[in-house]
Amino acid sequence: MYVAVKGGERAIDAAHEWLAEERRGDVSVPELSVAQIREQMALAVNRVMAEGSLYDPDLAALAIKQARGDLIEAIFLIRAYRTTLPRFGSAEPVETGEMACDRRISATFKDAPGGQVLGPTFDYTHRLIDFALAAEGEPPAAREALAEEAPMPRVTEMLSRDGLIQQEQASDEVPPDLTRAPLEFPAGRPLRLQALTRGDEGFVLSMAYSTQRGYGRNHPFVGELRIGAVPVEMEIPELGFSVEIGEVVLTECETVNQFTGSKTEPPQFTRGYGLVFGQTERKAISMALVDRALRWEELGEDNLGAPAQDEEFVIAHSDNIQATGFLEHIKLPHYVDFQAELELVRKLRAEAMAGQQQEAAE
Amino acid sequence: MSLAGLRQGKPEHAGHGEAGEQPHEVAADIHFAAPFSKENAGMDESVPGGAYNFAYLDEETKRMIRRAILKGIAIPGYQVPFASREMPMPYGWGTGGVQVSAACLTPDDSFKVIDQGADDTTNAVSIRKFFERTAGVETTERTAEATVIQTRHRIPETPLTEGQILVYQVPIPEPLRFLEPRETETRRMHALEDYGLMHVKLYEDIARHGEIATAYAYPVKVEGRYVMDPSPIPKFDNPKMEMAAIQLFGAGREQRIYAIPPYTRVVSLDFEDHPFVAGKAPHDCALCGASDTYLDEIITDDAGSRMYVCSDTDHCATRQEAAA
Repeated sequence: MYVAVKGGERAIDAAHEWLAEERRGDVSVPELSVAQIREQMALAVNRVMAEGSLYDPDLAALAIKQARGDLIEAIFLIRAYRTTLPRFGSAEPVETGEMACDRRISATFKDAPGGQVLGPTFDYTHRLIDFALAAEGEPPAAREALAEEAPMPRVTEMLSRDGLIQQEQASDEVPPDLTRAPLEFPAGRPLRLQALTRGDEGFVLSMAYSTQRGYGRNHPFVGELRIGAVPVEMEIPELGFSVEIGEVVLTECETVNQFTGSKTEPPQFTRGYGLVFGQTERKAISMALVDRALRWEELGEDNLGAPAQDEEFVIAHSDNIQATGFLEHIKLPHYVDFQAELELVRKLRAEAMAGQQQEAAE
Repeated sequence: MSLAGLRQGKPEHAGHGEAGEQPHEVAADIHFAAPFSKENAGMDESVPGGAYNFAYLDEETKRMIRRAILKGIAIPGYQVPFASREMPMPYGWGTGGVQVSAACLTPDDSFKVIDQGADDTTNAVSIRKFFERTAGVETTERTAEATVIQTRHRIPETPLTEGQILVYQVPIPEPLRFLEPRETETRRMHALEDYGLMHVKLYEDIARHGEIATAYAYPVKVEGRYVMDPSPIPKFDNPKMEMAAIQLFGAGREQRIYAIPPYTRVVSLDFEDHPFVAGKAPHDCALCGASDTYLDEIITDDAGSRMYVCSDTDHCATRQEAAA
């Protein structure tokens, strides 16, 4: 008797026990602590926070540990946890112009007020495996300098002063939230930006890359990329004024894009914008490029039919938790549907073969 | 403040070298907000399995889902957008159905979950356990005893009665999706009752194959108005959709809920000269002998021998018990 269809419950429990064992790995190797992941896998932690849409480094580190280093699985854990959190209110918009920058570079000007600050970057390293890291030991302390007190105004603001770059309209409207309201199209820029900032890094990167290769090309320059901490303030209704409730590290990228002007606008530069939790500059730059590509209609450009210009295509497919869930669900049993297809194919084949035999007989 | 901001609460004393040797000591500086603490509003302490709110979702979310359900029932077959939440199981694994069930369940309910007609398939077990843990409701495998039945890909063979709710898990709620990928377009087509594209597709099937080559998720028209995807049930189950129970459809990833109220007209699309035929394997169940149930085909050896058994395990077991 065929019994594989029974016993699912015991099999699931056993699978989970095995998973827990595999997660720990060889017990003679010391276990990773959450703090070690948080400190030494910081960029993974940042990605999990950004795409999990929840700023909590300890929780993200724990999720990475639980997920055995599978970042999409970790992001999923964070998202599911996030759902259960009560919402107290909204913070005031953060002022990234007053960010305490660890890194701030501009590719459009050799120097700018506040200077070019490289910060902790891989950019100029040679990608040679450093075997010294395999051995125990601490790196020598990095040299230090006092931070300059001078403000670091946004580079695009300098272009803006001369009217060389398109102005963004200020708005006091409460931005929509795709985690609280069903997404409907056309979504509009605030929702697009929300979807992009929590979208899959690989997807957003590939979309951005496709614009660079000609599928909706928009000639981006990194006007400015800045990474650092900004205070988060919230107005407490009982108090009637804003208080600082904490600090988040953000990566912000503003691109300056070519634009030849239109019937209504004189020639000027346009912008793309990326803002992501943590040190996540690949994602922030990608986001800015895709944001710019999606603005074709607002800026009076042609729709070239490029994937990165297609709001519904980009937003409907940017979320890796949706994507991975639906993709992996095809592992679930489908034998009812398959059975129906099987019967249909058998029937169609029988009819087709009967037809052929009849033709041959005639 | 620097990138150290990422290292929230970094202790000054945690000097180099200590972390590797005594990982658990360092963990002491980690602070987690209590997710399901007593202080959180709406938590039901009486529920076994911890301080989750009854049926996991908070009451505000359930209210939002119930509104969508009511709207769906008021407009049979119409896809109501709802703010689907991220659930602790993956999208595509029944998050829509789970949210609808969570919004419908009361502590007095008796809950049944089937996948492919069976109570014991992996995902059915997982979802049943989820509600046992978060809602503490009674669960059953008996179709007749259940008040809420969540299903994936089947309608139970035992006819449902008034007072029961059948909750379907839906992967792609839009019956027109594979004819027109754009949501903006398909919504317009529904609004204008513009179903020509669907009829052309069915016609092309007949022209090519001599019949409509859709075996599951066979489109239906509800109460003479909306064309609706019945979820990937075999077309054998389509005629059962005119029933006494409430049918609710939840698509979590696609953020849609739709419904069929009791005793609503549900017509499988067809042509006068090519009428709809509900198909199944031309066999009887090898276990209970039923000739009128949907069958799973099971390959029993590597020579390709096969047997056919009821896909509805409860129905089959009940018949076997009655015969014994």
